[in-house]
Order: sequence, then C-alpha cells, then structure tokens
Amino acid sequence: MERKIRVLVAKPGLDGHDRGAKVVARALRDAGMEVIYTGLHQTAEMVVQTAIQEDVDVIGLSLLSGAHMTLFTDIAELLKERGMGDVLVVGGGIIPEEDVPRLKESGIKGIFGPGTSMDEIITFIKENVKG
Amino acid sequence: MFDRKALKELEKRRKEWENSNYIPLKERNPEIREEFENLSWTRIAPLYTPMDIGDKDYLKDISFPGEYPYLRGIHSTMYRGKIWTMRQFAGFGTAEETNERYKYLLAHGETGLSVAFDYPTLYGYDTDHPLARGEFGKCGVAISSLRDMEILFKDIPVDRITTSMTINGPAPVVWAFYIANADNQGIPRTKLGGTIQNDVLKEYIAQKSFIFPPAPSMRLTVDTFEFGYKEVPRWNTISISGYHIREAGSTAVQELAFTLADGFAYVKAAMERGLEIDRFAPRLSFFFNAHNDFFEEIAKYRAARRIWARGMKELGAKKPRSLFMRFHTQTAGVSLTAQQPEINIVRVAIQALAAVLGGTQSLHTNSMDEALALPSEKAVRIALRTQQIIAEETGVTSTVDPLGGSYYLEWLTDRMEEEAMRYFDRIEQFGGVIPAIEKGFFQREIAEASYRFQRELEEGKRTMVGVNKYVMEENLDIPLLEMDRKGEEIQLNRLKKLRAERDQTKADRALERLRRAAEGDENTMPYILDCVHAYNTLGETCGVLREVFGEYKEPLIF
Repeated sequence: MERKIRVLVAKPGLDGHDRGAKVVARALRDAGMEVIYTGLHQTAEMVVQTAIQEDVDVIGLSLLSGAHMTLFTDIAELLKERGMGDVLVVGGGIIPEEDVPRLKESGIKGIFGPGTSMDEIITFIKENVKG
Repeated sequence: MFDRKALKELEKRRKEWENSNYIPLKERNPEIREEFENLSWTRIAPLYTPMDIGDKDYLKDISFPGEYPYLRGIHSTMYRGKIWTMRQFAGFGTAEETNERYKYLLAHGETGLSVAFDYPTLYGYDTDHPLARGEFGKCGVAISSLRDMEILFKDIPVDRITTSMTINGPAPVVWAFYIANADNQGIPRTKLGGTIQNDVLKEYIAQKSFIFPPAPSMRLTVDTFEFGYKEVPRWNTISISGYHIREAGSTAVQELAFTLADGFAYVKAAMERGLEIDRFAPRLSFFFNAHNDFFEEIAKYRAARRIWARGMKELGAKKPRSLFMRFHTQTAGVSLTAQQPEINIVRVAIQALAAVLGGTQSLHTNSMDEALALPSEKAVRIALRTQQIIAEETGVTSTVDPLGGSYYLEWLTDRMEEEAMRYFDRIEQFGGVIPAIEKGFFQREIAEASYRFQRELEEGKRTMVGVNKYVMEENLDIPLLEMDRKGEEIQLNRLKKLRAERDQTKADRALERLRRAAEGDENTMPYILDCVHAYNTLGETCGVLREVFGEYKEPLIF
C-alpha cells in the first residue's frame, strides 16, 4: 500500500489566528493525508523537532501576524542545518506580494495568500512532495 | 399582538398567496433555488407576515427603547441624543508612531480611542523576550512599560477622551499602565473612562492570547471588577467579546450564544466571590462582529439585549444599567478580501449600517486594505468617513430601532434567541463554560462551522465577490502602510535605559509584594499598580504572575 503523505501543520510565533490552519488541516486530512497539528505558539526549533520526530514529508506554516519574514526563514534555515532540506515547506497567511520572492528563495516552495482554495493547496502538495 | 380571528383569516390568505402566486411563479423560474439559508444555515422563508410573530406580547417581549427587556435599544432617545462613539482600533510599531496615528484620527473626527497591541504585549512579554522575535509592532503597538504608555498618550487628554484597550491575559497590568499614567499627571481616577477587553474565556475559545489557566484568570478578572467599581467607576472592566469567536469561523448564532454564556459565567464568578451584582454589572460591556448577512446581524444584536436583560433579572440584578447590554461593534475582518481590495469599502459600509440599525454604542469600521496589511492613513480615513456618512447623511439615526416590527426581523430575532437558549442547555450539560472549554466543545463547534463554510465557498454554494466569482487579473494599486524600520531598536534601547535608571530596590520590593498577594487571596490590582509605578515592565510583572499561576495549554482540535 502506498504510504500516505505526512503533513505537519504548524503555527510558529505568537499569532493566535488559527482558523486557516485548522481549515487546511481538515482539508488535507479529508484528501487522504496524515496530518499532525502543532497547536499554537511554536518556536522554529519546536516546529523542526516535531517535523523530525513525526518524519513528515510536508510542513505547512500558517502566520497572520506579519512575522513571516523572520519566522518562516528561521524554520527553512534550521531544516537545512538538520539535513531536512528535502521536506516540502509551504506557507500561508497575510503575506504581501513583495515578500514572496525572498521567502521562495529561502526554501518555502509555495506561498498561499487569502482566498486560496483548499484544492489548490492539495494539488500543489501532491505535485511537489518528494515520494 | 394580533387578534386570533384576524390571524386565522391571514393564514388562509397567506396560503392562497403561496399556492396561487408564489409557487406558480417559482415553477416558471427554475433558477429560483429551493432553499435559501443565511450564514447560520437557518432556512429563510420567501415571506414573513404577522403570523410569524402573532404570539408576541408587545409590552412584554418587545416594549419600548430604554425599557425592559431593552430589545429596541438601551436608551429612549438613542442616536437622537448621542451618536455612537466612532472608535477605530489602531496601533503599530512604536508608541511614538501610534500616538501620531491617534492624533490623526482625532483630527479627522474620531470620538474615542482604541488600542491595538502587538503580539508580545498581548502575551505579557517585553519586546526583548526571545518569543517576541519577529513580532515587534507587527499587529499593534508594543507597550512594555509605563514609559511606553506615557508616550502613547502624550498630549492626548485622557480625562476627556475614552480609550478602549484590546488586552486580555495581561489586562490588569496594561490597565495599571493607563491608570498610572493618569496618576502621574494628577488626573483623578474617577475621571478616567474607557474599556479593557479583559475577556479571557473567549481567549480559550477563539482568540488564543491567553496566559494563565482558567481559575486564576477568572480571579484576576473579578479583581478588576472590584477594583473598578471602587476606584475607577467610569471604566468598563470587561468587554465580553463575540467578535473573535465569529472571526474564528463561528456562525452568528454561535457568536451570540457563546458570548452571552461567557457573560453569565463572569457574573456568576463575581457573585461567588461575594460581589454585589448591581455594583459590578453596570460596568460590564460587550463586543460583537458585524458580518455580511444584514438582517441576521441586526437580529443578533436585538436578541442579545433581550437575552441579557432577562438573564440578569433572573440573577437578581435590579438597576437598569445592570440589565441593559451596551456593546461595541467591529465590521468583520474575515469578510474582507485581498482581491480587489477597494470593494471592501462597500462591504464595510453595509456591515456598519447593520451595527447602527442594531443599536450599537460604538463602532469600528475596517479599512479596505486589512486583508493585506495594517491600514494606511488613507484607508482608515475612508473607513471613518463611512461612519460619518451613516451618522450624518442617511437619516437612519432619526428614529429608534427603525426596523423593529418588521415581520422578518422580529421572527429572526426570536429564532436566534431560541437557538442561543439551546446552546446554553448544551453548555450546562458540560457543567458550564470552563468545563466545556476544557473538553473542546466551543472549539469543535467553531472549527466545524468554518470548515463547512469554506467547503460551500469552494463548491460555489456561497459567493465571495472577487474570490470565487467576478474574479479578475489585477495589479495591486493601493498604498500600504510603511513602519519606521528603526522602531524595534528604539524600543529595545528604551527598555534597557528604563531598567538601568529605575530604583531597582523599590521595583523588586513591589514585585515581591505582588507575589505574596497573588499567592493569597487579596485583590491583586493595588499591588500591580505599585509594580508599574515602580517601572517594572509588563514582562516582569506578568512573569511573577506566571510563576504563581502557571500557564494554560490548550487542547488541540481541528
């Protein structure tokens, strides 16, 4: 049997807006993926630790506070340091267009802003995850 | 309200209308949907008549504004006497930048202030705390000490303007900053007016900026109630909030039910401590969302007033001020789109109108750019102008509760009240609000509703203009807010200087006394005030309370 895609949905930083993260977590689960949700208030270190322990293929970061440039890139750096560079990292939230190129450069492969459909996220993950 | 014979005749005629008029026309127009539902999935009929409110007793169930059960409004004159307070929620970067924004808003006709704090402040951390990394000034202004509060309100007359502060876990400490700032200017505490949100129950349910576990949180809240009526009698010591419950994805019915359930839980907690209901209840205030479904929103505010009045009467309240519900409204942030942001102006105008027709006491209108960033000056000015147009051009302020008596609205008001009552029963089955939180009841209900809505949106059953319909390619051409890039450095230096210059012995002694008070059962507010007067920071003061009370960990539900 084919191994299910394992996804960590994570809320780094102090941001408490978890509606989007929870809706996406539900949608990914309904799409047949195994979903682990970190809950709120995660440091970069905590997110990466959980990703290692849970042996995930994908990390989905959600942040609406505006701290994404610091926290998303912290996580991407840390993953590379720990030899987890092949985990697919995607992010969503209130992210201005002008920040997207720098986030992609740092290793966040997909950025999904407000209004993104759940289907779009599911398709992106299926197409980009390393099997 | 109508005599039986007339109602019987009416029912006959209504059926005839349906059979001979509505149904044949509907069958000729197959594009008319079979079912119409509002945002709470309540089925809406094509027409409402006196039949739908026939069993109401006008004097008992509806009555006059300013009279029990306050369905039609809390004052007899409503907006003829006083327009609602125009209060824009604002804050970003340093205290200096936000102070300038406040002066800008006041200069453009705003009538009350409302402080948005950044995330570290909301969690009781100073800007130099490791968990504050990346968050300085992003979602609001950073206030780490009395020094920052002094700058935030520099040249603003706090004895004449009221200020609302969205702060919950650390509310007693931030309120103490505000009081201490006035103390230092020689302004008597009895002259201070404003609101602290201070509603921790909805933090566990939805907004998630909690610090302490429920029991010590409730104790701190009751401490503020008691300190408030004794020392700062014009202050609203809580703003019991449905706004964030709604933003987290609840329906309007859930927002109504969960918020009022929280409200009654606070009242019971204060009474259990031995506080007299008619002393603290007049300073309880509320905060609701104004979302897209126009009539449902208006019905929600009206139902809320009636449920509150009846519930408070049952709990033994006698003063009108304890019985009537005063509330602030903010238009729905979650309804704004990043796509075609200018059309948000229209959404906000309609939502704001619903709040006014529902009898709000104060109002925040969102800015068109809020799905992209914190508001620019231009965007917030348009949002404020929207309120001014409603207040001064439309004429809706001329009469009280102008939609009262609408068959549809009265039916919907009753219906929402009934559904809220059903939720109260379910919450009771858990043993009250706190056990229901600990078992994840509210969180699950909200997650369910928000997922259902999102799916319907993607199936095209619901419309979001610019997102799943009337979509277009566009280049963003509205200016976004730019903050002072040196802000964080300024703030970090200020903290450093404060710690170096203050009387450390005095500061430490105040913290030690707070620790002992928190460990015992004295009211903590006077001790917190001593701490902040001695220039202990937010993080240091909350740090002591964290050590005594511990921190809350939430159940994970999605």
